[in-house]
Amino acid sequence: MAVVFERPRSLTDQRFRYCPGCHHGIIHRLVAEAIDDLEIQDRTIAVASVGCSVFSYEYFDTDAIQAAHGRAPAVATGIKRVEPECVVFTYQGDGDLAAIGTAEIVHAAARGENITVIFVNNAVYGMTSGQMAPTTLIGQVTTTSPDGRIPSRAGYPIRVCELLNTLEGPAYLARVSVHDPRHVREAKKAIKEAFQVQLAGKGFSLVEVLSACPTNWHLSPLEAIEWIKEKMIPYYPLGKFKNVLEVKEDA
Amino acid sequence: MNKVLMKGNEAIGEAAIAAGCRYFFGYPITPQSELPEFLSRRLPQVGGVFLQAESEVAAINMVYGAASTGARVMTSSSSPGISLKQEGISYLAASELPCVIVNIMRAGPGLGGIQPSQSDYFQATRGGGHGDYRTIVLAPASVQEIVDLVIEGFELADRYRLPVMILGDGNLGQMMEPVQMDRTAKGRLPAKPWALTGKKGRPRNIINSLNLDPEKLEMHNRKLERRYQEIKERETKAESYLTDDAEIVVAAYGIVARVSKAAVDRARAEGIKAGLFRPITLWPFPEKELNEATARARNVLTVEMSLGQMVEDVKLALNGRLPAAFYGRVGGVVPTVSGVFEEIQKINQNSGKVK
Repeated sequence: MAVVFERPRSLTDQRFRYCPGCHHGIIHRLVAEAIDDLEIQDRTIAVASVGCSVFSYEYFDTDAIQAAHGRAPAVATGIKRVEPECVVFTYQGDGDLAAIGTAEIVHAAARGENITVIFVNNAVYGMTSGQMAPTTLIGQVTTTSPDGRIPSRAGYPIRVCELLNTLEGPAYLARVSVHDPRHVREAKKAIKEAFQVQLAGKGFSLVEVLSACPTNWHLSPLEAIEWIKEKMIPYYPLGKFKNVLEVKEDA
Repeated sequence: MNKVLMKGNEAIGEAAIAAGCRYFFGYPITPQSELPEFLSRRLPQVGGVFLQAESEVAAINMVYGAASTGARVMTSSSSPGISLKQEGISYLAASELPCVIVNIMRAGPGLGGIQPSQSDYFQATRGGGHGDYRTIVLAPASVQEIVDLVIEGFELADRYRLPVMILGDGNLGQMMEPVQMDRTAKGRLPAKPWALTGKKGRPRNIINSLNLDPEKLEMHNRKLERRYQEIKERETKAESYLTDDAEIVVAAYGIVARVSKAAVDRARAEGIKAGLFRPITLWPFPEKELNEATARARNVLTVEMSLGQMVEDVKLALNGRLPAAFYGRVGGVVPTVSGVFEEIQKINQNSGKVK
């Protein structure tokens, strides 16, 4: 019988530890499928960050390293500069990338470092159980914004793709979501394109994936999906901000 | 090969290249900036990579990434910058990654000043970052010894899979001396089957410092500790000068040891039986060598550019066998020969009274 669906080769047999309704599992799978499709498993190095996805080094069946909080783009830079033939990607959450690691992501992008960043934005700190993140929406209740995020006290949520798009260095920037099958397919395409940009040696690529955290949002998995559609996407519009490969084709 | 006149900071860079280091990630800070400046010119000439990071934090994490591939890699900084690097140094130690870190110390605490100091001794020899760990700490006293110890530092880092720190001071970094630059690394790099290179034809490699199971983490800590014990037994290094019959032994390292050596000579000329003990490895501290060098002594005087940091290791090594005095200058002030000589004289007079 023909096999029409199977576990991606680039995922190990390790069971995910993620909460019910969390989207990390889907995003891991999309990254692994992209690695399989591009046949780069044997030369890929994953950089795991700090946060819920810290164990991603156990899940991706590639060489892997775990970075200190926020420092994944710097660690990836060190690896890529020594091993330019390897495909190097970081897998980071919003607290990691947009708070403690803001300098590292901005400067890796500004250098046009030839790495790929998978940036998972769920608008909350997951692992430490629901504190306010840099991406927490205005009015969103968290354990450290109990009255809802109030800009006069806590500032405004950061739109990472738009921020990085002001720089010359990035070669690929896209924001996707995985809340329904159509968007999952689009996310898969974006992740694959980001890796292709790195394989072409074009420089820094980042895919921001909007992702549910039902546990810390205190919503059911289905309500969480609705929340992404109704609250997150209006503030974090989906789309491709930059793709140097496409620009070249059009010209 | 003829000797060439080199600045201490630049000699560090040339020695790193001789040791096979091709990757440097750093951030400018006085008084060590000549080192990254030198390597920004030299590394591309030998097919290497120089990258000026956005911060010390990023620089040490780039080192962490590069070291994970098995490459010889170096970073450098000065005191406040080394404080920022401590996060990464703890991760390097936990993940058993070799690298060389240079600290050309300046006076602190805080932003302090830019003049030489030895006040990072505790930070360097006690681990410095969070967690139970040690790094090998080498303390050169001349530009020639910088060359030798940088090369040896890379060898030790690879042999024991840990970060090695070269601990100098602003004086040593800035001074120029003739050096012989014909030394190269002793052998080829050891095999590094643990390195991240893409898993072609082998099971995947993982570099990680997370261990949520307390018993597993304790086992990891014990494993590191066994290696530290092995280093303690095998890698201590020190120099003794006129200690065979010395009644007063001055203990000092780095540039202060050179000042103290002149003070010892002056004391000898005055008929005082003084000698000098100079630790070259600050961690592991050469305890056995110190006890040998003070076998006939009645007093030990530790001299430092700090308020008294190495003196604690001296006291631990002596374990109450001898009285241990301390003389230190801080804030960027370098002890003078006459300053150290006067301390030796004082001890000589006092111990005369006791007699």
